[in-house]
Amino acid sequence: MSADLTATDPSASGSAASGPAGSGDSGAGSAAPRPARRPRSRHHRGIARWIVLAGAMIVALAMIAPFILMVLNAFKSPADYSAGGPLSLPRGLYLDGVIAFWERVNFPVKLWNSLWTSTLVAVFAVLLSLLNAYAIGVGRVKGSLWLVGLFLMANMLPQEVLIYPLFDMARMVGLTDNPWSIVIIFTIIQSAFGTYLLASVLGTFPPALLEAAQLDGATRWQILWKVVFPVVRPTMAVLMIFFFIWTWNEFFIPLVMLTSNDNQTIPIALSSLQGDRMLDVPTLNAGALLSLLPTFIFFLIFQRTLTRGVTAGAVK
Amino acid sequence: MTTTDAAPAPLASAPRRRRSRWAGAGYWLYLLPGLITFALVILVPFLTNIWYSLHSWKGGLAPKRWIGLDNYTALLADDAFWLSFRNSVFMIGAMVVVPTVIGLLLAAVLFDYVAKHWNSRISAFLRATYYLPQILPISVAGIVWNWVLNSQTGAVNTLLRGMGIENPPNWLGDPDLALPSVMLVLIWIQIGYPTVIFMSALARVEPELYEAAELDGAGWFARFRAITIPQISPETFVIVLTCTIAALKVFAPIYVLTRGGPESSTLVPSYYSYLNFFDTSRVGYGAAIATVLTVIIIVIASGIQVLQNRSARKEREGR
Repeated sequence: MSADLTATDPSASGSAASGPAGSGDSGAGSAAPRPARRPRSRHHRGIARWIVLAGAMIVALAMIAPFILMVLNAFKSPADYSAGGPLSLPRGLYLDGVIAFWERVNFPVKLWNSLWTSTLVAVFAVLLSLLNAYAIGVGRVKGSLWLVGLFLMANMLPQEVLIYPLFDMARMVGLTDNPWSIVIIFTIIQSAFGTYLLASVLGTFPPALLEAAQLDGATRWQILWKVVFPVVRPTMAVLMIFFFIWTWNEFFIPLVMLTSNDNQTIPIALSSLQGDRMLDVPTLNAGALLSLLPTFIFFLIFQRTLTRGVTAGAVK
Repeated sequence: MTTTDAAPAPLASAPRRRRSRWAGAGYWLYLLPGLITFALVILVPFLTNIWYSLHSWKGGLAPKRWIGLDNYTALLADDAFWLSFRNSVFMIGAMVVVPTVIGLLLAAVLFDYVAKHWNSRISAFLRATYYLPQILPISVAGIVWNWVLNSQTGAVNTLLRGMGIENPPNWLGDPDLALPSVMLVLIWIQIGYPTVIFMSALARVEPELYEAAELDGAGWFARFRAITIPQISPETFVIVLTCTIAALKVFAPIYVLTRGGPESSTLVPSYYSYLNFFDTSRVGYGAAIATVLTVIIIVIASGIQVLQNRSARKEREGR
């Protein structure tokens, strides 16, 4: 009986709200004037479409120009640079810049630091978000609206307002200059956002599914993993990718917390080159190139998921 | 769309309410890890920071001296503090206003024109290029731009000298030019975000609306203003809110590009509090700046939220 009702309901309300009926109307109406309009503008459009495409391409070129400059000048000797300028093609493959950067910052160590901290944060933060969101979105614990507000507020905090106490607390528990401090801090910070997002997703979770599982005698823990988890897994995957990239790119807290060379992450290592007067153009560009490669590869792999995720986050 | 989603809800709400009465308490267990760690890493440091801001303290093992609100009254007379907030206004221009306008334009061109008159592959490729700077560590963008704009070895000035200009401008070193240069880099970083969100917003708008308007003889711009802009207002709101918060918090680009200089011309609140914490060792004062910044962010964000709620309500009543 109830299934019958819900099945017929959407179509009824849909036609009432200018859905299919409205489109049918305008479709029939526009059939006549359309063919008359098209041919007139087609010739006109032929040139216009090239102009618009050229405009969009120029913007794209402006966006990737710094990357082109970087690649052009990463493999160019300093002498070649001063002779040919930034736009010339390198006259030979000069690898000293890459080698200099690799050795100067001990790149493999930095890569590993960035990799393991970001991965752990992504996994832990998504799990923590799921637990929080389960209690708020499905459990609807008392004051869940306030809790969502609290987590939302945490996203607005500038990190400067937390940094000095965190720095002191890390010292108290012996985590000074330890990448684990980054893992702990960012797991919490990212999960504040994750909780907010997942709670709003779980808030619309079909109650019929939960009740069915409950009637079958499933415990709350079983419902979480057997009923809720499979449904929100795609959202969690997108969140995980975001947490990974955000943590990887994070600058301020790692800059303050990780003081010694062996513990720093890639972004900090790169920026620490900056004050160096001896830094030449190829080393700088090679360093930037090496530092963006991991995120760039990540971007290529997950491009589709990511752009979908950005939009999912916006509508929620 | 919304009516279909809401329809089944009344049917199910009665049993759900009954269930939560006997089951609600047990769900607190699932919140425990989240709440305890949240308290330790966010709540306690936040309150401790306020506590610090009421002291004069050089940090570390140095003694703390209670001075009440003196740090806050000192802020009011501090030119650098006011300057940093004036620069925040410019940051909002560079990270919210310009990218939102350009992003909307780019999204409309890609979605309405390139995808239809060329093909969707080209528009997807262009969208990815626009989004690229968003994905990179800001320190990478910063160090490359720092070199591109460098007065001596920089790409721009090397080119300008090659063209016969003897004394090209010092983009990041001249107090008059540094702020516009930084703003340009921020616009470059930021543009992809609104573009991607607006593109998906445009895909959401029902084509029937446009067809009806086209029949009425409305041109592209009239349709854009009368249909597109009101339809995508939820996304516009999200973009304005998140970007405004990001603009008020901006730190890394300033750190890698100019370190607030020259002559404090690009100083922003977050960098100013960092300077006080770790450079001049005026921890209490730095904590006060950070607290004020937090209050301002929350007030502005709530203000945007209230405006959005009001306009959404107005729109619903208008229908």
